[in-house]
Amino acid sequence: MTLSRTEPATGSGKPPVRPAASGGGSRAEERRSRRYRRDARWSPYAFIAPFFLFFAAFGLFPLLYTGWASLHNVSLHDPTHMEWAGLHNFSRLWEDEFFWNALRNTATIGVLSTVPQLAMALGLAHLLNYRLRGSMFFRVVMLTPYATSVAAATLVFALLFGRDYGMINWALGLAGFDHVDWENGTLTSQIAVSSIVIWRWTGYNTLIYLAAMQAVPDDLYESAALDGASRWQQFWHVTIPSLRPTILFTVVVSTIGATQLFGEPLLFGGSQTGGGSHQYQTLGLYLYEQGWFNFHLGRASAIAWTMFLILLVIGLANWLIARRLQRSSSQ
Amino acid sequence: MHTSRNTSPLHRTSHLRHRPGSRRLTASGLAAVLAAGLLAGCAQDGGGSGSGTSADGKTVVSVGVFGVFGYKQAGLYDEYEKLNPGIKIKENSTERNEDYYPALLNHLTANSGLSDIQAVEVGNINEVANLHSDKFVDMAKAEGVDKSAWLPWKWDQAKAENGKVVGLGTDIGPMGVCYRKDLFKKAGLPTDRKDVAELWAGDWAKYVETGEDYMKDAPKGTAFTDAAAGLYNGSVSSYAVKNYDRDGKLIYKKSEAVEKSWDLAMQAVEGKMTGKLKQFDKAWDQAYANGTFASVICPPWMLGYIKEKSGPKGADAWDVAAPPRPANWGGSFLTVPEHAKNKDEAVKLAKWLTAPEQQAKLFEKQASFPSSSKALSLPAVADAEHEYFDDAPIGEIFSDAAKDIPTAVLGPKDQLIQENIGNIGILQVEQQGKSPEEGWNAAVKKIDDAVED
Repeated sequence: MTLSRTEPATGSGKPPVRPAASGGGSRAEERRSRRYRRDARWSPYAFIAPFFLFFAAFGLFPLLYTGWASLHNVSLHDPTHMEWAGLHNFSRLWEDEFFWNALRNTATIGVLSTVPQLAMALGLAHLLNYRLRGSMFFRVVMLTPYATSVAAATLVFALLFGRDYGMINWALGLAGFDHVDWENGTLTSQIAVSSIVIWRWTGYNTLIYLAAMQAVPDDLYESAALDGASRWQQFWHVTIPSLRPTILFTVVVSTIGATQLFGEPLLFGGSQTGGGSHQYQTLGLYLYEQGWFNFHLGRASAIAWTMFLILLVIGLANWLIARRLQRSSSQ
Repeated sequence: MHTSRNTSPLHRTSHLRHRPGSRRLTASGLAAVLAAGLLAGCAQDGGGSGSGTSADGKTVVSVGVFGVFGYKQAGLYDEYEKLNPGIKIKENSTERNEDYYPALLNHLTANSGLSDIQAVEVGNINEVANLHSDKFVDMAKAEGVDKSAWLPWKWDQAKAENGKVVGLGTDIGPMGVCYRKDLFKKAGLPTDRKDVAELWAGDWAKYVETGEDYMKDAPKGTAFTDAAAGLYNGSVSSYAVKNYDRDGKLIYKKSEAVEKSWDLAMQAVEGKMTGKLKQFDKAWDQAYANGTFASVICPPWMLGYIKEKSGPKGADAWDVAAPPRPANWGGSFLTVPEHAKNKDEAVKLAKWLTAPEQQAKLFEKQASFPSSSKALSLPAVADAEHEYFDDAPIGEIFSDAAKDIPTAVLGPKDQLIQENIGNIGILQVEQQGKSPEEGWNAAVKKIDDAVED
C-alpha cells in the first residue's frame, strides 16, 4: 500500500510537471531536472547504505570469515596461520559429548525460560489491557527489568540462589524445607539461570503483546459479549487468535535469544565451564570455552556455524508455520 | 598461574588476584565483563597506534596492563616522568587477564595495537616465551639489567628454550597459611604462629592431618579450610615438576606432584574438612564475613582481600603462619615487544619499574610482593608487619618462603590443566558428591579434549 502511494514521487513514473513560465528549453534546466531525477532515484539507496556497510563489516564479513575459519585448525596464538582441516571441526562435534551436553542444556534452558516467560507475558498483558489507574506506571515498571544489565541482574540472582546464605534457601528453611544447592544440581541450576532470563524478558514481551491487544477491534469483544462470552472466553476465543502472528514473532525472537544464551550462565557461575559437570553450559558458553580458553578458534567457529544453522532451521519452521497460519486465517 | 590484579582504591576489592585457573569474577569485573573484550581492544589500539610522541613533543611510553598493577597509584609513573623530563607515560589497563591476554596475542599477530610495555601474567609467560619469543626484546641483553637482582626461579620463568628472556619479573606470590586464632583455640590447636607453623612444617600432608585434628573438636558450623582446590593449588605448586617434565612433555596424568596433591585434596574432602567453597565466589566472601573456615592458603596479595571480606569483626582473629612447603601463586612480568614504538625507552622504563627500590615502594603502597631478592632485604620489606593479622611479620614470613620456592617447570597449558582439575575434577567430588575416580576422569577428559590439536 505504502509502495504504490510513494511511487509517483520517486520519479520512476511520469517526470514531474514543471511550471511553463520557466522557459522549458534551457539546457541548465534540463540538467537540473535530470539531476533531480537521479537524486530521487538513487538517494534512498544512499540513505540505507550505512546500515548495509555496517552490516557487511560487522555482520556478513565475520559470518563468512567464521565459516572459512571453521574449515581450518586455527589457534588463537597465531590466528593468521590456518591449517586446512576440511569438515573435521564439524565431524568431531558429532562425537563431542560436551557439545551434545551444551546443546541439550541450551534446549532445556530455552524451554524452561521461554514457556513460562511468554505465558506470563500474555497474562500480564491481558491484565494491563484493562482500564487501570496509573497504567503508564505499570507499563514502565514492566520494562525496568529489561533495562537492567545482564551482569547486574545475574549478580543479584546468583546471590539469591546462594547455597549457604542465599535468600531463596533462607525462605525454604523458614518453610521447613532443606537447603537446595542450586548451582550444583542440573535441573536446579538450569531453573536458576532460566529465572534470570524470565525476569529480564517477561516485561518486554508483555509490552509487545499489549500493543497487539490494543489493535484488536473493540467490536469483536462487543459481539462476543453480546453472545454471552465470559472474560475468559473472550481472552481465549478473541484475544489469542488475534495475537497469533505476534505470539509467533515472540516465540521466534525468544528462541533465537535462548539459542544464543551466554551472559547469564557465564556470570551465574563466573566460569566458562558452566558448573562442575557443565550442567548449565550452553552452546554460547561452550563456544567461548573452546575459542577463548582452549584457544581453538577453528572449533569455536564450527560451533558458531552450527548455532547459525540451528537458527536457520528455526527460521524456516517459523516461515512454514506463519504461512499455514495465514492460509487458515484467510479461509 | 592465572591471577588478575586489582588493587585500585576505586574498587571494592583490594589486593585481590584470582586463583590459578579460577575464573571467578570480581564484583567490579562483573559489571564490565560483557563489554570488556571490546573495550580492551579499543583501549589497546588507542594506546598503541599513536605516533609515540605527545603534543608537547615528549616521548610517550605506553604501558599495557591487566587489572591494577598499582604503578600509577604508587606514584611511580610521576616519579619517572620527573626524573626523565622528556618522557610521558600512558597506561592502558584491561580489567581481566582473560580479556587482556587474547587481545595481546591478536596484537602480536597483527603487529599493531601493541603498547611499548606489555605486562604478562605468570600463567601465560611460558607460552609467550616459547611461542612468541621472536616478537619480544631479549631483556637479559638489555643494558644494565642485573640478573642477580631477581630471585633465580622468577628470572627463569620468563626464559625461553632458546635462552632468550622475554620479561622482567614484577611481583610474586609466595604462599603462607592464614588462620583464625579464635577457631584454632576452640578446636584445641595452638594459636601462636610459630607453633602453628610447626604443626605442618615440611609436608602438606601434615596440614591435612592438622585438619583432621581440627575437625575432631571443631566449633559448630566451621570447616578447617575453605576449599579442596586451594589445598591442591598450594601442594602442587610446591613441586618443581608438576604438569610438564623438563623436556616439555605433558605428564600430569602420572606426575608425583599432581597425584600426591590430588590425593591430599580428596583426603580433605572425605574428612569433610573443607568449606565446599569456590575461591573468589560470592559465597567465599560471605564465609569470610561469617568466619566459617579456620584457615586458607594465602599469598601476600590475598591479605588485603581477607581483611576486607572479614571486616572489623575478624580483626583480632586472623594471623599468618609459614606454609608447609614454599610455593608460589601468581605474579607478573613486564615485556617489551620488538614492534614497540619506543622500544629503547620502554626497556629503560621496564628496567626502572622492576628495580629493587621501586619494587619495595610498590610493596609498601600496594602490597605487591617483590620478586627482587635485593628488594627483599630492604627494610621496607624485611621489617614489614601486617596490623590486621596481629602484626604478623609478613616481610619475614613471605621472604623466607620466597627464597626457597623451587624453579617450577612451566608449560603452555598449566593454567588450563589447573582450572580443569580444580573447577571440574575436585569440584565434582567436593560439591557434587561424585567419587574421586569420576572427578579425575571428568577432568582428564576435558583436558585431553582441550590440548588435542
